[in-house]
Amino acid sequence: MSSILVFCSVQENRIKRSSLEVMSRARQLATENGLSLGAAILGSHASSLVSEATAHGASQVFTVSDPVLDAHVNAPVIAALEGILTTVQPRLMVAASTESVKDVLGALAVRTDAAVLPDVASFDLAGDSVVCERPVMAAKKLAATHTTHPLVFVSVRSGSYEASEAPVDGEEVAVPFHFDPATLGATLKEIVTQAGDTVDLSEARVVVAAGRGVRDEAGRALVQQLADITGAAIGASRAVVETGLFPATAQIGQTGKVVSPDLYFAIGISGAVQHTAGMANSRIIVAINKDPDAPIFDVATYGLVGDCFTILPLLNAALREAMA
Amino acid sequence: MKFCVCIKQVPDVQATVQTGRMVLNAYDASAVEEALVLNEPTGDPVDLVLVGGPGATETIRKALAMGATGATHLVTEDATDSHAVALLLSDHFSQADYDVILTGKQSQDSDAGLAGSMLAARLNLPYATNAVGLAIEGEKLIVTRQGDVGQEVIALETPCVVTCSNDMNNPRIPALKGIMAAKRKPITTVEATLPEPRTVVGATMDPPSREPGVKLEGEPEEMVADLVRRLDAEAGVI
Ligand SMILES: Cc1cc2nc3c(=O)[nH]c(=O)nc-3n(C[C@H](O)[C@H](O)[C@H](O)COP(=O)(O)OP(=O)(O)OC[C@H]3O[C@@H](n4cnc5c(N)ncnc54)[C@H](O)[C@@H]3O)c2cc1C
Ligand SMILES: Nc1ncnc2c1ncn2[C@@H]1O[C@H](COP(=O)(O)O)[C@@H](O)[C@H]1O
Repeated sequence: MSSILVFCSVQENRIKRSSLEVMSRARQLATENGLSLGAAILGSHASSLVSEATAHGASQVFTVSDPVLDAHVNAPVIAALEGILTTVQPRLMVAASTESVKDVLGALAVRTDAAVLPDVASFDLAGDSVVCERPVMAAKKLAATHTTHPLVFVSVRSGSYEASEAPVDGEEVAVPFHFDPATLGATLKEIVTQAGDTVDLSEARVVVAAGRGVRDEAGRALVQQLADITGAAIGASRAVVETGLFPATAQIGQTGKVVSPDLYFAIGISGAVQHTAGMANSRIIVAINKDPDAPIFDVATYGLVGDCFTILPLLNAALREAMA
Repeated sequence: MKFCVCIKQVPDVQATVQTGRMVLNAYDASAVEEALVLNEPTGDPVDLVLVGGPGATETIRKALAMGATGATHLVTEDATDSHAVALLLSDHFSQADYDVILTGKQSQDSDAGLAGSMLAARLNLPYATNAVGLAIEGEKLIVTRQGDVGQEVIALETPCVVTCSNDMNNPRIPALKGIMAAKRKPITTVEATLPEPRTVVGATMDPPSREPGVKLEGEPEEMVADLVRRLDAEAGVI
């Protein structure tokens, strides 16, 4: 029986929520189309994550448990996935659109003769075709795109689907892996992290995002307070990342990450298309900006016109009280 | 080191109304800038290659005006499919000899982000994507890439392929001298046929529109009280 394979991204020994979202959509399509659902997990702890994958409906979980896969380096990841794809021969491989996935998809497609539908907002099977809708033109438009190629990879923007459980009796299938480091051509020298780097923005239900209006340490402290009170992850615009006030990992937008939390605070962010490309799907958007004509107000559910240095201390106090 | 940068002409996505004005893909402009800076001490060449219609000459001239050495224009109808573009580019590079091939991390219009790593795989070269910093160290290229968690520093053997983020630098605006010099720089044109695309773009739609929001103006205390009430009672998010 043909199948759908979900490549799961792992962070801190858990399958990322964005991968579980994709898995839930894949499960629905597999059921509708009489396909089986498999999952692929890489890294030395892969076996310990099998139960999480079966709890979400994967009946076979393909693992490659080599420690070379614990830090992301593209060549071994490609080799491992190539091995799994050769074993499974799925109709479709789907994954959450993380940086690590974006890094390998094109090269893997060449190696395995696949077509790729990258960074989609939705996907479906229709007869011979895999169809999807992709945000284009900095997410100002959605383009219906399809392919009839026999093997297709799809990467999915976080927040496009709800993650849900549907436990099955699944099994682990350990896939053999032989990787010759001599063929690597690349060495990972170090991973440089800053405070806040390990927060997965795509998992957060609340995001507090800072822009250039949050101009200094005092502004950053107010933003941090709001995040602590609301249990939020901190995001940022490109302009404020450039000042060094926030880590690049926090950048939201066309170059940065795509988020779609229940609640998004845009503090001192103008709302350039390249920023809104990454956050316009948030359910509730609160914007605080002193310029009443700032474009961020076009997408905001609630817009507050004013100085964030005046508003945030009041808002933090009011929210602390309301949420106590 | 000998660099070649793959550049693409794209619509100006920032414009509120599409007028047909075309620009150099912003990510590719960053790649050109980085190559120019890295080769400044040695004066080694920074070549360009573009796949696209005859009208793309303007974009090639713009990148030449930044300071690039020479360019090849593979003349086709307008190219949108990353797979087809990577195939044509790999044919081009199989007859050339570069230490480093740079691309943008994605096309600003399609946000595909595939052509660079597809090209690397076709050429069987090591590669890195989403680079935010580059440095030359002997025969190696040191790439800092933005990963999911922090920045990964990778030493790549040359020849190699790197896809560049615009977070890498701020591309220079060509000065008059550069613009004049670019008029005399060589552009080799080669008639080419685009391979069959692997993915087909159909209808383009407006994304689902958002409910119109409310703008609160007035005294900060009132705005804040109003907002907190609405977040609780209307939106149910706190
Ligand atoms: C190819 C490309 C990709 C890009 N990708 C991204 C991306 O991924 N993410 C991204 O964010 N940007 C991206 N950009 C950049 C984008 O175009 C904007 O330059 C950027 O988003 C601006 O950030 P900002 O709104 O923080 O800064 P600004 O545009 O400078 O706006 C600051 C805002 O703060 C307000 N303000 C100032 N002081 C206060 C105060 N005291 N209180 C309240 N409000 C105040 C101002 O009114 C203004 O609206 C990209 C650009 C390009 C060309
Ligand atoms: N038509 C083209 N000509 C030359 N380079 C291209 C072309 N299309 C894409 N590229 C390169 O590939 C990168 C990413 O492409 P994409 O897969 O379209 O997002 C771009 O930033 C360019 O460097």
